[in-house]
Amino acid sequence: MNSLQNTVSNAGKILHLQAKEAMKIVVPVKRVVDYNIKPRVKADGSGVETTGVKMSMNPFDEIAVEEAVRLKEKGVASEVVVVSIGVQQAQDTLRTAMAMGADRAILVLSEESPEPLAVAKVLKAINEKEQPGLFILGKQAIDDDMNATGQMLAGLLGWGQATFAGKVEVADGRVKVSREIDGGTEDVSLSLPAVVTADLRLNEPRYASLPNIMKARKKPLETLNAEDLGVDMARRLTVVSVAEPAERQAGVKVGSVAELVEKLRNEAKVI
Amino acid sequence: MTALVLLDHEEGRIRKSALSAVTAASRFGDVHVLVTGDAAVAQAAAAIPGVAKVLHAADAQYAHELAEPLAALIVSLAGGYEQIVAAAGAVGKNVLPRAAALLDVQPIPEVIRIVDAETFVRPIYAGNALATVRSSDAKKVLTVRGSAFDAAPAEGGSAPIEVVAPAVNPNVSEFVAVHLSDSERPELESARVVVSGGRGLQSEEKFHILEPLADKLGAAIGASRAAVDSGFVPNELQVGQTGKIVAPELYLAFGISGAIQHLAGMKDSRVIVAVNKDPEAPIFQVADYGIVGDLFEIVPALTTALN
Ligand SMILES: Cc1cc2nc3c(=O)[nH]c(=O)nc-3n(C[C@H](O)[C@H](O)[C@H](O)COP(=O)(O)OP(=O)(O)OC[C@H]3O[C@@H](n4cnc5c(N)ncnc54)[C@H](O)[C@@H]3O)c2cc1C
Ligand SMILES: Nc1ncnc2c1ncn2[C@@H]1O[C@H](COP(=O)(O)O)[C@@H](O)[C@H]1O
Repeated sequence: MNSLQNTVSNAGKILHLQAKEAMKIVVPVKRVVDYNIKPRVKADGSGVETTGVKMSMNPFDEIAVEEAVRLKEKGVASEVVVVSIGVQQAQDTLRTAMAMGADRAILVLSEESPEPLAVAKVLKAINEKEQPGLFILGKQAIDDDMNATGQMLAGLLGWGQATFAGKVEVADGRVKVSREIDGGTEDVSLSLPAVVTADLRLNEPRYASLPNIMKARKKPLETLNAEDLGVDMARRLTVVSVAEPAERQAGVKVGSVAELVEKLRNEAKVI
Repeated sequence: MTALVLLDHEEGRIRKSALSAVTAASRFGDVHVLVTGDAAVAQAAAAIPGVAKVLHAADAQYAHELAEPLAALIVSLAGGYEQIVAAAGAVGKNVLPRAAALLDVQPIPEVIRIVDAETFVRPIYAGNALATVRSSDAKKVLTVRGSAFDAAPAEGGSAPIEVVAPAVNPNVSEFVAVHLSDSERPELESARVVVSGGRGLQSEEKFHILEPLADKLGAAIGASRAAVDSGFVPNELQVGQTGKIVAPELYLAFGISGAIQHLAGMKDSRVIVAVNKDPEAPIFQVADYGIVGDLFEIVPALTTALN
């Protein structure tokens, strides 16, 4: 076979594979206190102040949206649907995700920060409605720091899970993921459909351009109630109290290395 | 009451944080541990005093601690236990929430204090707040921070070992390969001294300047996210909210500004030293001893001064 024929036949094969594999991706995005804001504990100890505080998309979810949009740009995905479970204002988060390139959004109204178990159950119901080939979540929401929802969703669906993803490749009906683990990285391969959770180094999310922000306003956003989906949102964890951790006192500045060594030896007694 | 601890290991070595999980679980009552891997790992687990029984998941499908088969196994064993516990490391965080979902339980991640059998303290918002939560689930599924509980001794016990029957493998995942950085240094999370570098180190090459100092102090090396993202060091050295949580006797931060996400991972260290050329760097607000200056002068001088 000459090289031209070869190219043509490969192109045909790739097109064929893509047509077979192109799938929907669902990305759950959470509205959280912006990562640049230092959180303040409410005076009554009931939680962390969120009223009047700048809220943004959970940074890991921006990474998840970016990855999904890139998979769409590569022809691996046909549609990217973003979902948020929370209060009405989570609409803003969904619009941001659509400005980054997601095609449409679903807002499931509930209390402000539902527990991972409830969120996973809502997402399971969304799966029945949408039938995606892949869920990409953030590895962790930086408010409650649970790091649980993706794993729980995968469990409820009986799907494979690749958490803490640093690299994602979809091919031949499988997703191959390089995961960040305690001692280095681990590669796993999952059959599709599957759940992936994004770690920091998966990609660098794009900024939404002004024209795309305008366009996102016209993209479809559907609003549902958790009850419509038949999900019990009752909390299993009651917050007894939320307190500030003990403040660390700033110490002293020393003028020289010799002085530092002397203090570490004789005052702190750590060396 | 009996608690089941998933005892994770790396290349046959039981992690120190897993030994801390044993200590935490012993607060509830008897402790059984579940280990994967070969017979030597099970024997090491049996030698931990305070372990009443070792469940050995000897079947090859568990060898790599893949979440899908391992969570299924935990669920098959869960009937006999009130608590299921693991260290809050990559394995525990991956496997336990999945098992919890299958048990219809809301997991309680990164516990730093067990108040009573229902009530737990855990940091939220990058450790800027501590939440005390009470679980209404009949079974508790929790991961615990290694830095918050003393490690159980590794020797002295002789618990019986029982090989457990495999559970049905969902067969949706495959282990392909693992890439571990081999380092002679102590494990970051349990080292007595940690020498950490940030963006101020400038490059992968220049980052090596920290090594002679770490050698001299018998220290582990850590890093900020910026240092990892810039490719100076591999990902597993990241300290912080979304990296490793450390609480050594001595933490030295060079060229790290002190973002809240970094502080979340190290502010419980006993003594903190910061070296930064910016006198206003927030890291100085948590440092016991600070030097304002160029790290490229201070690191070699400090290394020499320790002779
Ligand atoms: C979702 C999310 C999760 C995150 N998780 C983590 C995490 O787990 N861990 C983490 O560390 N960060 C994390 N971050 C990033 C964090 O917000 C900061 O961006 C990061 O910690 C900054 O790293 P740095 O201090 O090395 O760099 P910079 O903030 O750039 O600081 C570099 C410092 O080096 C000093 N310096 C430069 N040259 C010299 C010199 N020659 N001598 C002395 N000092 C010098 C400078 O004065 C400066 O203070 C996270 C961010 C997000 C959004
Ligand atoms: N209320 C929510 N709405 C949408 N997505 C969520 C919500 N809570 C959690 N998630 C997703 O689950 C991930 C992990 O969150 P968590 O388990 O809470 O740390 C987040 O990064 C989101 O992708």
